[in-house]
Amino acid sequence: MKQNAQPPLDAEMSTTAERFSRGFALAYTGLMRALEPPFAAIQKRVGIKGMAYVFVAPNMIIFSVFVALPMILNIWYALTGSNRLMIGERPFVGLDNFSALLDCKDYLDVNSCKQDRFWRAVHNSVLFVALQVTAMVALSLVTALILNGKLRARGFFRAVFFFPVLLSPVVVALIWKWILQRDGLLNAFLMDGGFERVAFLHDASWSFFWTVFVSVWAHMGFYALILLAGLQAIPADLYEAAEMDGTPKWRVFWRITVPLLLPTLLVVVILSLIRAVQAFDEIYVLTGGGPGTATQFIVQYIYETAFANQVHLLGLAAAASLLVAVVLMVLTLLQLRISYHGKTS
Amino acid sequence: MFKQLKTITGGLMALCMPVAAMMAAANTAKAADPTEVRIMWYSDGNEGDVMRDLLDRFEKQNPDIKVTLDRVPYKTVVEQLPALLDSGQGPDLARVTDLGGLSRHYLDLRPHLKNAKYFDDNFASSLPWFRPANGNKDGIYGVMSQLALTLPLVNTTLFQQAGIPLPGPKATWDDWAKASKAVADKVKAPYPMAFDRSGHRISGMSISMGGKFIDGDKPALVDAGFKSGMKNLVDWHANGTMSKALWGSVGGTAYRGATEEFANAQVVFYMSGTWQFTQFAKTVAKNFEWQAVANPCGPAACTGMPGGAALVPIKATKNPQAVARVVEYFASEPVYEEYHARTLFLPAHAGLAKKGINYVTDDANVKKSLAIAVEQVAQTSPIAFKFQGYEHNRILFNAMISRVNQAISGEMSLDDAYTRMQADIVEGFAAKGIKLQ
Repeated sequence: MKQNAQPPLDAEMSTTAERFSRGFALAYTGLMRALEPPFAAIQKRVGIKGMAYVFVAPNMIIFSVFVALPMILNIWYALTGSNRLMIGERPFVGLDNFSALLDCKDYLDVNSCKQDRFWRAVHNSVLFVALQVTAMVALSLVTALILNGKLRARGFFRAVFFFPVLLSPVVVALIWKWILQRDGLLNAFLMDGGFERVAFLHDASWSFFWTVFVSVWAHMGFYALILLAGLQAIPADLYEAAEMDGTPKWRVFWRITVPLLLPTLLVVVILSLIRAVQAFDEIYVLTGGGPGTATQFIVQYIYETAFANQVHLLGLAAAASLLVAVVLMVLTLLQLRISYHGKTS
Repeated sequence: MFKQLKTITGGLMALCMPVAAMMAAANTAKAADPTEVRIMWYSDGNEGDVMRDLLDRFEKQNPDIKVTLDRVPYKTVVEQLPALLDSGQGPDLARVTDLGGLSRHYLDLRPHLKNAKYFDDNFASSLPWFRPANGNKDGIYGVMSQLALTLPLVNTTLFQQAGIPLPGPKATWDDWAKASKAVADKVKAPYPMAFDRSGHRISGMSISMGGKFIDGDKPALVDAGFKSGMKNLVDWHANGTMSKALWGSVGGTAYRGATEEFANAQVVFYMSGTWQFTQFAKTVAKNFEWQAVANPCGPAACTGMPGGAALVPIKATKNPQAVARVVEYFASEPVYEEYHARTLFLPAHAGLAKKGINYVTDDANVKKSLAIAVEQVAQTSPIAFKFQGYEHNRILFNAMISRVNQAISGEMSLDDAYTRMQADIVEGFAAKGIKLQ
């Protein structure tokens, strides 16, 4: 009797769901009816073809204000001088900022360059990109191969490798600073083991090594995940056929895995290249670009030249950022071309 | 038709009347609203709390003005305030340390002050520091909120533990370097000497060694005295008197202090300044004995660098009268005295400096240090005062700190660093529209 008095839970839930969907439908109809007259009026004015532009307009306005306009302003800053912020107060200097940046007797000897700090940053960035991307791709591939295998608690390990990607770059840098500083965790372990204290962040070579290491540690999970998806897309029957033929594992890897993973691998290489050129936040917090300028990369140079120094050399910084933009654009076009080639083949 | 028009007009008027009444009420309320004055303020110690307390009293006495104290990190004042001011925005007042560099944005308060003579009489020595080059030659463009002096702070407990006496008041830089290293070696302290990583902090030593910094209105950075000061820094880093762990942990022109290390008793001799007293009274407390000591001597002088922070009115303010009233209140003798007594800062007020301030502290270390600081102000070299008041001093500070750091880290020789410093200075002046040579 008591059971009959209360409706079953499923029935109650479905009533609630029905009520909700009825309410939503009513609200939706009301909204559409309210929107119809103004849009009908606009359509009457611009025609059915013009409506596409009307719908795209909000996005285009936001893009113009927050992307296109700053890009144009950046070009203007690169062509003007002085430390003034307002465009009207900045004298036109043509390509002076670019020629100052590129004024070098020998591009391999930074001390022969007028803007030696820019070229130190370029040299550091090139070395960083070469080391970081190589390490990143190699380690991501190894991680993806391991995680793709028959592994106990595979889901747990996938999460573990991906976890650093979720951390804020500042948090990553602070954690590693705490480990690597003079009185940090790593030195404490070393000294407990009877070793000498090591200047991990104050010796040029060590600090460069750690910037590469921390950067790889922080982002490897992301690339490993992409490669894992690529590995899982390889048809299993190919491996089964190879196993039936008794093909050795290394041959399976080079003849099946690598060729079929190549498009994904190329995307990973290009993405990590772009990201490595843009490296700034973790490294800025971890080493501040020091010791000296040993870990100062190109984005930090731009930031410091424009904002951190007392005299803001906005023109020089804008010109440097345009040069970086050209490099990034080439890399992006390369990525697009590879993606397109991958799809068509 | 006419009847219809009349009905519509009547209806519209009936609709408009309540709206008009609401607007009138809003306007009346607006007229009664106090004028808001915003201050961008950073703190080294407790001065933000003291200032807020004083401003609360001001608001009670002046109900027509509301003062909002926007407390920001020092980095915001250094990096973001200049951009804000350049774009014609910003607060009504700001607490700044780049006194000359931002001076083109300051408002001359003289026409708005009730008693401008009071400022002329009591702040005469610091008023020129924030006058813009093309401004009013007797303009009042702000008031110091803290007069500071760079001087060494010494961990006297470490000296006692090492059994090494403190070098005397006329000791040279070399004497202090040797003594600090000896103490650190004996008590196993990691940092015998530490300097704040700042061009301002290392300038005092260079002036003592004979550096001139400016010649008329032109920079004259690299001379024998300056070179001697820079060589000290490089040599001390090379022989372990200064640790690369401090200056080496950042790059470019970034500031790096050693307050934490000093408070943890890891530093024997810390070249910083008077603004640290409040902080160390709190962080060191009774953990160990410390005190300020007289600036070490070189062949030319035994000087530190003056400096400090000023409360400056911003030209873009819409309420110059209200801003002038806030500044006048802050600079008035009883308020200024209380502010300095509670913050443990040195006053820039001539009358108070003569009379002396009864500082609110029981800390023996702070009391001793304040007494030495007051003595040291009197011994500060005129070159140091002139350089501090030089509008473009930041260009020189930046050039010297970033380049000497590269020499310390082995990226370039000291001679190359001098050449680069000169080039940086020429570039900095060019950006300000001044052609050197």
